[in-house]
Amino acid sequence: MTLRIVVDMDLCQGHGVCESEAPELFEVDADRKVVVLAAAPDESQRTNLEMAVKYCPTHALKIVDD
Amino acid sequence: MTSIIPPPKVSGDDGGTGHLEELRTDPIGLMRRVRQECGDVGEFRLADKDVVLLTGANANEIFFRAPDEELDQAAAYPFMTPIFGEGVVFDASPEDRRRALHNQSLRDKFMRGHAETISREVERMVAKLDDSGEIDLLDFFAELTIYTSSSCLIGPKFREELDVRYSQVFHGLEQGTDALAFVDPYMDIESFRVRDAARAELVEMIQGITDKRLAGPTPDKEDMDLVDVLLSITDENGEPQFSADIITGMFISMMFAGHHTTSGTAAWTLIELLRNPEHLDAVVTELEELYADGSDVSYQALREIPYLESSIKEALRLHPPLILLLRLAKEDLEVEGITIEAGKLVGASLTVSNTLPEAFANAERYDPTRYLDPRNDDTENPWNWIPFGAGRHRCVGANFAMMQLKAIFSLLLQDWEFELAQPPETYRNDHSKMVVQLAQPCVVTYRRRDSSSAVTRTTRVPAR
Repeated sequence: MTLRIVVDMDLCQGHGVCESEAPELFEVDADRKVVVLAAAPDESQRTNLEMAVKYCPTHALKIVDD
Repeated sequence: MTSIIPPPKVSGDDGGTGHLEELRTDPIGLMRRVRQECGDVGEFRLADKDVVLLTGANANEIFFRAPDEELDQAAAYPFMTPIFGEGVVFDASPEDRRRALHNQSLRDKFMRGHAETISREVERMVAKLDDSGEIDLLDFFAELTIYTSSSCLIGPKFREELDVRYSQVFHGLEQGTDALAFVDPYMDIESFRVRDAARAELVEMIQGITDKRLAGPTPDKEDMDLVDVLLSITDENGEPQFSADIITGMFISMMFAGHHTTSGTAAWTLIELLRNPEHLDAVVTELEELYADGSDVSYQALREIPYLESSIKEALRLHPPLILLLRLAKEDLEVEGITIEAGKLVGASLTVSNTLPEAFANAERYDPTRYLDPRNDDTENPWNWIPFGAGRHRCVGANFAMMQLKAIFSLLLQDWEFELAQPPETYRNDHSKMVVQLAQPCVVTYRRRDSSSAVTRTTRVPAR
């Protein structure tokens, strides 16, 4: 099973909460939308990723298990 | 070729300005009737503007996902132009500029600093209270949120220039959002005269501040607030590029969205908790347990306070500070087989959506537990639970607002006891303006908690 990050770009406003929760997975420059640094992250990064998904203020992130 | 189906029209068009008078007296009744009679897509009329009201998860999703090229936000609020002021020119479009400024100061990494600022402002407000007495909720929270928003968004130095007068002037601006602006935003009526006088007074106050700054020495970089930054931008002649009038417009546009909204939500959270003592008890118990280790409010407000958060969300659901969001259709739009022609206004109703019986069980009941696992009424209904709007233009200050409200109630509910000073049903919103405000009187009594029985926090927010 592999992890995949899905972003709803209509919803992302670039708050940067995901970057705070999982800096190795997300980057949000000033006044930009999120950039996913690793589209298929490692299982060991799941906890941080779940925090990023949970605390995203616009609920723009989803985890898909393929 | 299929024929075009226009939106069905709601009853009650008075033949003159249509539904304008009803919108100014009973907007929620009007919007509920649109859904009742027409379903997800229905039309009412404001003078020469047709407004197509969308409700239901499906239609709302179309509304909130639409890009500005289809549904334009900037052109839809004629009552805001005289408040922000005309001729506010930036290198980027005002919308982009505003968003850039907002996203800078509202980004996650600034929240810790904002939390400290807000805690300090709450401490300063309650320092003015006696051991017991009465407060008017509109006055109290409107003043508090002027200090918090000016300090967080513009800077602490600017905030120190402000007193209660600034809050009163801001109230005058907010009262100028009469729906008659759909006919003529410069009509000769009392609320527009108050609005224009308030704006002129605000420009004068800010002129006083900029004059003082320009006469004084140039501040160090780390000591600059947004006023200093704006004054440091010069034109080709070396003169400041932005006049007091333009700076005033920028500050109004930055502070407006976060002011009456946060202030009203604070008031309604307190009113609903006092109307529902079992939930108030649960919140106070939660706070006592969370802060028993002496942690700082500025630290805790950034973290989860589930029952308090749910209580705030529930106040927002039942009493959203904006009740009607509008866009201008830039091209023809089809929603559920019905065609909305370019040039019409398109609306989404927060009040109707937040209380749809098909989405929310006991929709009219104040019940914070609906947000706890496994119900999660907010995240389960992303296009119907919309006190902050949704999608592209969702309130960028939502996180900031929640953190602010958590800090306010962490401090207020631990140290003070409140009681309704009026019959519970007499607290209500004034819907005569597009900006919803609590109708006065809206008084509660307060009493400082007995320090021997209350859990006293060992750490206070350090004074700067």
